[in-house]
Amino acid sequence: MQKLIDARQLTIQYGNEKVLEHIDFSISEREIVTIVGPNGSGKSTLLRVLIGALSPDAGTLNRRAGLRMGYVPQRLSFDSNLPMNVKRFLSLGSKRGNAFNSSWEKRINIEHLLNHQIRHLSGGQLQRVLLAQALMDDPHLLILDEATQGLDQIGEASFYRLIEELRNERGCAVLLVSHDLHVVMSASDRVVCLNGHVCCEGTPTIVSEAPEYRALFGHGTEGALALYRHDHDHDHDHDHDHDHSHSSGSSEGHSHAG
Amino acid sequence: MLDDFVVRAFLAGAALALAAAPLGCFIVWRRMAYFGDAIAHASLLGVAISLAFSMSTFFGVVLVTVMLAYFLGILSGKLYAMDTLLGVASHVSLALGLVAVSKISGVRLDLAAYLFGDILTVTRTDIAIIAAGAALVIALLVWRWVPLLTTTLSPDMATARGFDARKEQMVLLVTLALLVAVAIKIVGALLITSVLIIPAAAARPLSRTPEQMAVVAAIAGLVSVALGLALSVYSDTPTGPSIVVVAGLLFLLANVVSSFVEQRRRQQNRSLPKDA
Repeated sequence: MQKLIDARQLTIQYGNEKVLEHIDFSISEREIVTIVGPNGSGKSTLLRVLIGALSPDAGTLNRRAGLRMGYVPQRLSFDSNLPMNVKRFLSLGSKRGNAFNSSWEKRINIEHLLNHQIRHLSGGQLQRVLLAQALMDDPHLLILDEATQGLDQIGEASFYRLIEELRNERGCAVLLVSHDLHVVMSASDRVVCLNGHVCCEGTPTIVSEAPEYRALFGHGTEGALALYRHDHDHDHDHDHDHDHSHSSGSSEGHSHAG
Repeated sequence: MLDDFVVRAFLAGAALALAAAPLGCFIVWRRMAYFGDAIAHASLLGVAISLAFSMSTFFGVVLVTVMLAYFLGILSGKLYAMDTLLGVASHVSLALGLVAVSKISGVRLDLAAYLFGDILTVTRTDIAIIAAGAALVIALLVWRWVPLLTTTLSPDMATARGFDARKEQMVLLVTLALLVAVAIKIVGALLITSVLIIPAAAARPLSRTPEQMAVVAAIAGLVSVALGLALSVYSDTPTGPSIVVVAGLLFLLANVVSSFVEQRRRQQNRSLPKDA
């Protein structure tokens, strides 16, 4: 399968501090990749390098010629001084006209928002509008930075199902970032654990029907969520604040020596 | 009967207002007010350099402001926060301009004219330069309108979709430098930012699209120039500041009107279910 993005030995530093070091990363056509990692592990920085907003200090980055990308940032502070409704926002700067059709507007549940001013949208509504905007040019690769932030488990599960449908019907690859280290989208073909460097890579374990798992993942999520077993046994310097509970023994059953 | 110098002043002011309106909208949307200040203040240094090398003020100002814009673009986001950098650049360039102007021998320079503008003394040649500069500013903004809007909303989202956020930022800075060079004769280095920001801010509560906001800002700018000029001629007040005062009044009026309309709309919405 053809690689959409192929990065080798990426290093990014802010001042003297290396945020990312020796990162090898690639994503292929139709692939769904989830990047997990604690806060401050460089996930968002990596995404910004991949979309071309940051240039790496070292390493090589190849994008397939003519690659179309759609990107949904973690948060977006719209300047309320800029008057614009959702419809205009979606069509703004679109190079492929009507690649995005109204059936998707319905499925993303933004139909009724088209005439609303962007600054009046709630957080969840804005997130859906941003997703629709990222899909406007019919991207080969959809990149989502913590898109499920602020959603409950059922909301998260239905969002993941929507993303999977997108991949299946439109054939786009999906790159997701999540700060949840253990519960990931079950349709992920690969999970990459990042903490300044790539700690481990693997596939998610589909959660069994065992009642204790069902309790942990909530009801009504219909298998959209899965567990990721980390395959690295080193501990990280815990001088940053995050809830990376490596050494907690963990009822979630990941294989950390801690 | 209008005197000839008043007509010339209005034509120059109108050209400035038309170009400042769309650019001012971007300054407001991108929160670049400080940037406008820094570049406007640096224009005085451009004036001093123009006089020292006896070249056109317009080109001296464009030269210095474009250079400053370029260096600010390079330095930003490295060690200092942007507002610190701009605070330094803004005041150092203003002070440097004042020092340089005082050192230029043989020229008795009316400093006040460059700080506060002297719209009543514009010549036909000035009008031609101002109109050409304003037309260039408008042409640049119309040409880059969609990419500028897209990169304003979110530079990262736009970059992912193939827009070049840095290039658009540069286009905007060059446009700003051009406008400052045009405006210094009319409102002076200290009041240029106000011509950019106040009409755009006045237009905000009355607009639902970006284009609407630019058009309403242009109208507000034109009205400010006309009324400010009239105020200045009939009550003998300084012209540049009079224009800014009128613009400030329009800003106030726009906000009072829009909050009144908003209140009426809410009251009607509340009474609707009872009627039904």
